[in-house]
Amino acid sequence: MNYRLNFTPVIEALPGLLSACLGTLVLALGGMALAIVIGIGGVLLRQSRIRQVRWLVMAFVELIRNTPFLVQIYFIYFALPLAGLRFDPTPAALIALGINGGAYAIEIIRGGVQSIARGQVEAGLALGLHRGLVFRLIVLKPALRAIFPSLTSQFVLLTLTTSVASAISAYELTSVAQRIESDSFRSFEVYGTVTLFYLAMSWLLMRLFALIQARYLSYPVR
Amino acid sequence: MGPNEFVFLLVGLKWTVALSAIGFLGGGLAGLAVALARTSGVRMLERGTAGYIALFQGTPLLMQLFVVYYGLALAGLKLDAWAAVAIGFTLHASAYLGEIWRGSIAAVPRGQAEAALSLSLGYVPRMARVILPQALRISLPATVGFLVQLIKGTSLAAIVGFTELTRAGNIISNQIFQPLVVFAIVGALYFVLCWPLSLFGARLERQLAVSAR
Repeated sequence: MNYRLNFTPVIEALPGLLSACLGTLVLALGGMALAIVIGIGGVLLRQSRIRQVRWLVMAFVELIRNTPFLVQIYFIYFALPLAGLRFDPTPAALIALGINGGAYAIEIIRGGVQSIARGQVEAGLALGLHRGLVFRLIVLKPALRAIFPSLTSQFVLLTLTTSVASAISAYELTSVAQRIESDSFRSFEVYGTVTLFYLAMSWLLMRLFALIQARYLSYPVR
Repeated sequence: MGPNEFVFLLVGLKWTVALSAIGFLGGGLAGLAVALARTSGVRMLERGTAGYIALFQGTPLLMQLFVVYYGLALAGLKLDAWAAVAIGFTLHASAYLGEIWRGSIAAVPRGQAEAALSLSLGYVPRMARVILPQALRISLPATVGFLVQLIKGTSLAAIVGFTELTRAGNIISNQIFQPLVVFAIVGALYFVLCWPLSLFGARLERQLAVSAR
């Protein structure tokens, strides 16, 4: 092996890479927010009285979960403009991430809602608790507690998935890395460093979720 | 879109299936080693494999493919795209399957291992005859679920320049300027591949939940 590692181009590009990390986090957090909205909306629609609506939500979930994200993002970016819907790369990536994450969120949130036993709600009402309080304490919090771990890992996965948005040159870490790589030809150095950046970001997100869980979702200990 | 284009997509589909199979088989073998090391009781092995798993689960698959692709070239291994991508998927799958199987080995009731120990079974028969068959059953739904992830993940080989289904779709779409039709068909082909597996996984999960009661 007579190759000399040379990190100079990476060090020179460091400011650009760090702000690209912000781009990745913006995509990830925006995608998560959109996924939560789609997830809650989807779960509500799945309880609709109209069979076709329920069926449509289920078809959406199965379709998204059984096709690659790359194909979905290509479809949104390359195919939808033909139908008159044209997006810039970064908004297109955001929409794709939200839709993809949303399909998973529907399944996860549905599981959480189902985990609440009907009798719990009735018991709360029988004790004379206010409806809002019953929803907050007996439905929402335990459901959130039940789904939080799977939601966390799904969101970390979504954060890693943002890298695929480089395929349509959205503004995020991987596309900036690809630009630096094609300027400097230091492929291994650039991608190796960027991999560590991703590792740091997903670690930070996991810490953040663990903190939220400990702060808001743990059982009170006295 | 004519029949020639469709055949081109089917050839791409063939490579998608081949890549998934190699990733799953290679990843399965290496993943078993990872799972066994992770549950070995040897602290260094457990720490090391925990780090290995954390590295692969904390970084994007696309980056893993890039690093393996260019890293192997640096190490003086002149591999074609096909071999590099296969190695990348094998490493990726081994970390995920290793973690899934570690969980299922840990989920086998403790008494089983203790009973095997009290019968003075050595490590190999204890694992091969007592623990792993039970762990396999527990791990089946998650394993099938990961296989679906892996099949979808092979689409990223397109970005490295490997002509599987997604890249075949890209090429065709650039030729005939009909991205709507082409990507709908590409998506449908993936769906045909993945959906039966997803249904199978969900059924296994229900069966497991029923038998655990």
